[in-house]
Amino acid sequence: MSDRITRDEVVHVAKLARLELAPHEIDAFTEQLARVLEHAADVESLNVDDVPPTSHPLPLVNVFREDVVTDSIDRDEVLAQAPAAESHMFRVPPVLGEER
Amino acid sequence: MSALEIAAAVKAGETSAVAVLEEHLERIAERDGEIHAFNLVTSDLARAQAEAVDAAVAEGRDPGPLAGVPIAVKDNTCTRGIPTTCSSKILEGWLPPYNATVIDRLGAAGAVTIGKTNLDEFAMGSSTENSAFGPTRNPHDITKVPGGSSGGSAAAVAADFAPISIGSDTGGSIRQPAALCGVVGAKPTYGVVSRYGLIAFASSLDQIGPFAHTVADAAALLEVIGGHDPRDSTSIPAPSPSLLDVLDRGVEGLRVGVITELSGGPGGVEGIAADVAARTRQAVSALEAAGAIVSEVSVPSATLGLSAYYLIAPAEASSNLSRYDGVRYGLRVDAATTGEMNTASRSAGFGDEVKRRIMLGTYALSAGYYDAFYGKALKVRTLIVRDFAAAYENVDVLVTPTSPTTAFGFGDKTADPMAMYVNDVCTIPSNLSGDPAISVPFGVGDDGMPIGVQILGPAQSEPTIFAVAAVLEDVAAKGGAK
Amino acid sequence: MTWSIEPTLPEGWELVVGLEVHVELATATKLFCGCANQFGNEPNTNVCPVCLGLPGSLPVINGTAVKYAMQLGRALRCDVKPGIMARKNYFYPDMPKDYQTTQYDQPTNSNGSLVLPDGFVVGIERAHIEEDTGKSTHVGGGGRINDAVYSLVDYNRAGVPLVEIVSDPCLDTIEHAKAYVSGLRDILLAIGVSDARMEEGSMRVDANVSVRPAGTTELRTRCELKNINSIRSMGRAIEYEALRQIDLYTSGDNPRQETRHWDEAAGRSTAGRSKENLDDYRFFQEPDLVPLVPTAEEIAAIDAAMPALPSARRAALMEASGSDAEVVATLVDRGQDTMAIAAIDRGADAAKVVTRLQHDLAVDDFSKVTAESFAELIIMESAGDLTATQAKQVLAEMVDSGGHPREIAEARGFEAMEGDELSGLVDQLIADNPGEWQRFVDGDEGDRKKMQGFFTGQIMRATKGQADGRAVAELLAQRSAG
Repeated sequence: MSDRITRDEVVHVAKLARLELAPHEIDAFTEQLARVLEHAADVESLNVDDVPPTSHPLPLVNVFREDVVTDSIDRDEVLAQAPAAESHMFRVPPVLGEER
Repeated sequence: MSALEIAAAVKAGETSAVAVLEEHLERIAERDGEIHAFNLVTSDLARAQAEAVDAAVAEGRDPGPLAGVPIAVKDNTCTRGIPTTCSSKILEGWLPPYNATVIDRLGAAGAVTIGKTNLDEFAMGSSTENSAFGPTRNPHDITKVPGGSSGGSAAAVAADFAPISIGSDTGGSIRQPAALCGVVGAKPTYGVVSRYGLIAFASSLDQIGPFAHTVADAAALLEVIGGHDPRDSTSIPAPSPSLLDVLDRGVEGLRVGVITELSGGPGGVEGIAADVAARTRQAVSALEAAGAIVSEVSVPSATLGLSAYYLIAPAEASSNLSRYDGVRYGLRVDAATTGEMNTASRSAGFGDEVKRRIMLGTYALSAGYYDAFYGKALKVRTLIVRDFAAAYENVDVLVTPTSPTTAFGFGDKTADPMAMYVNDVCTIPSNLSGDPAISVPFGVGDDGMPIGVQILGPAQSEPTIFAVAAVLEDVAAKGGAK
Repeated sequence: MTWSIEPTLPEGWELVVGLEVHVELATATKLFCGCANQFGNEPNTNVCPVCLGLPGSLPVINGTAVKYAMQLGRALRCDVKPGIMARKNYFYPDMPKDYQTTQYDQPTNSNGSLVLPDGFVVGIERAHIEEDTGKSTHVGGGGRINDAVYSLVDYNRAGVPLVEIVSDPCLDTIEHAKAYVSGLRDILLAIGVSDARMEEGSMRVDANVSVRPAGTTELRTRCELKNINSIRSMGRAIEYEALRQIDLYTSGDNPRQETRHWDEAAGRSTAGRSKENLDDYRFFQEPDLVPLVPTAEEIAAIDAAMPALPSARRAALMEASGSDAEVVATLVDRGQDTMAIAAIDRGADAAKVVTRLQHDLAVDDFSKVTAESFAELIIMESAGDLTATQAKQVLAEMVDSGGHPREIAEARGFEAMEGDELSGLVDQLIADNPGEWQRFVDGDEGDRKKMQGFFTGQIMRATKGQADGRAVAELLAQRSAG
């Protein structure tokens, strides 16, 4: 069962999801995710090559908004909710080495 | 008094919205300490709303179809200036700068918002044990869970804290707690109720719906909150369904199907308790006695729903919950860089179940696994849609148990995620297909706890499934569910 | 301007460039909400729950943005197909949802091309719709991201509609890369879907650069150049990068796949993020939006309303005038092609039309000159009604004050000098300047030319420029022969 997902994969996934797991949490998640994936084996093993995917239950298409300006909201109300703000902007620690 | 009775009495001047409110606030004060249905009781706001309703009545204005009716709202629904937490530490103290569409519609209908109800964190769970603020207890037996994730909303109605409440249903989160708490709960067709302002769990599955003591109250509430909303691209461009007018049309000649795979018999999904299966059969017999034409139908892919759901819902959730990063609102745990701050905030702010599902969803979508997991699950979703569509060629509605068991004890299923997830096996298919479903109380189990029967129908068949639910409600009221 | 391809790379190497150009669409509002799409406003004033990605908010796509994107697609000769919005998941503080809503495997526009003035065809892989991010200001450390003490985020730009135009890696010279970006800008301005200002960031270019031994076809490791803020700067950045990579190869090393940051002031790029650990963006269909399905009628209407594009205009002018590519490109750039073709159609001499436009109408504002009056001017000049000098003077007045060339010529007293009058003048001059005349008749080629200049100058002075230079030359030739 444990080969459904490895400890290393759990660590990698946690990094992608920006979650930090303690060693015992990594163990627990590896075990628990493996059990869920084991259950998902019925889906994984299914031959559904000819079946198209369904991403959404509604058959709607082309829902558009008119290009008309509506009121923005008061920035003070928004910034009041921010953990840190300065000069009417959201303040964050340095964004090191992650420039796009 | 039912919601409709309250609204009629308030409009007729036989009672006041304020008096109705105070009566409910008193009950909350007496008993919510042990039930913990509410994260927040909004007494002041409710009093102001009730006074406005009374003023409208005094001035001869129509206060709306839910005049003076107290309503409890699941705490994943945005209320302007009122804390909206999703029962998560990561949103503790956050004050939304806007109202969900349903909140505006309830206000316009004269409803009085009495408080925000507890839930499994971000609606992920089937017992309300995953709340960061402690579990809700089942009013029928406080040693048992109320179900989830809308456990607070179900318990609020069951405990008479409010005659009606709002929940959200992604995989059964309205219907399962409704069943476990002995109240009516419905998941409308995807797109009938606007999701604008509902804090997303899994966007292609989430749907807001009503809780009530009676089918008629649930119908009245859905009429108010339903209908097209231009702020939700996935909102069906049609008015809210008319339900109250057709509730008493009965089931004469209606074709009722029983899903073989969800009946507790061999070949179907495991874990459906004997007492629950028996009650469901009894409900079907009652419908037959009322003139319905009953048959058994096979929906083979129904057994695959659980696996598909537990890949699709976490995948969407992993993306929906990325925004809780400590930058704009909510919890921030400081760190040297933004990346580290994101990680520290999310790690401290999310509970275990939320982390588990984010991990599962991230994995299912990640390079190398997408095709095997998420991609396949989307194809299984197609199979489910097809199988149900095929079933509805021969029957008008389908009947299943809502939950495989009656309410269970605290901690009984928390050790093993799979044990908890199978609670949703009967409710998940209609989220995947987008079809409507309603759970109506029908007797009790061997333990004396409530049992719910689920009626499923094709898209936009709310008038039909509510009418079927009304028949079962009537049968149960006349002692036919014993 | 020159189309000649200057060898900027050492012998034996060739350049492979693919460009990713982000273009902000000039809509009134953002892509998913009604906030103003406006550059340069106070920070965080054009924001709402949707573009701030607040919990519970939902996007509704701007129909005009989609239409603009399709117009651009058709202008770039793309197939315009049903488009699906998708989520690109990664964390970044100026991206409010921590995913970007974009298009992935089903872009609206794909498989297009752009023809450069010299006939080179640039393949366009796709031109997809996506949202812009907010903007970060890095505080401390001289504003450099890696030395900043903290950063401040403004979300005014978040959610602004973009089209990302991805070229094939087919650009083989810096000149072609520059011409491609100019060509894109011309098209954007011609169809009016973007103001395409690189300096304001409404058009942003990232360049994927690699090199390979000349004559080979492999695609080697590429680097992505960012922070390019003008076409000129792009040329410098590509050249720097190509030489850097060649240096690495020739010294036995290899480039790393990485993002590099161009520093215009320093004239060099610095290494940014390594792309060795390729990002795992976990794309999936955006469940909050529905497919964008253009109808055949819509596409036909876009095609029908499409203004003539620069490449087509160049081809038309080249055909009408027979001029070379460089001159044609200049006139099309200046927007004088319509006037040129109209004048030629009205019978004006093509070569003269092009010459007058190229040399004597190189002004910013020639709006007062109509095609009719311009054609008339050229016809008058060709007929000998005006001398070249007079024609230039008349044209200058037409630019300043409009008016008809015949009226202007009359008002100035420009009349065709009668042949007798001119020959009289010539004879008089010959008589007055026998020495010069002798040199004209007996001198070598140089003398003859010099003296022709002398006599022509004298005649012009005497006639205040009203004499026709060619007529003078003919008379001089006649007299010397006779």
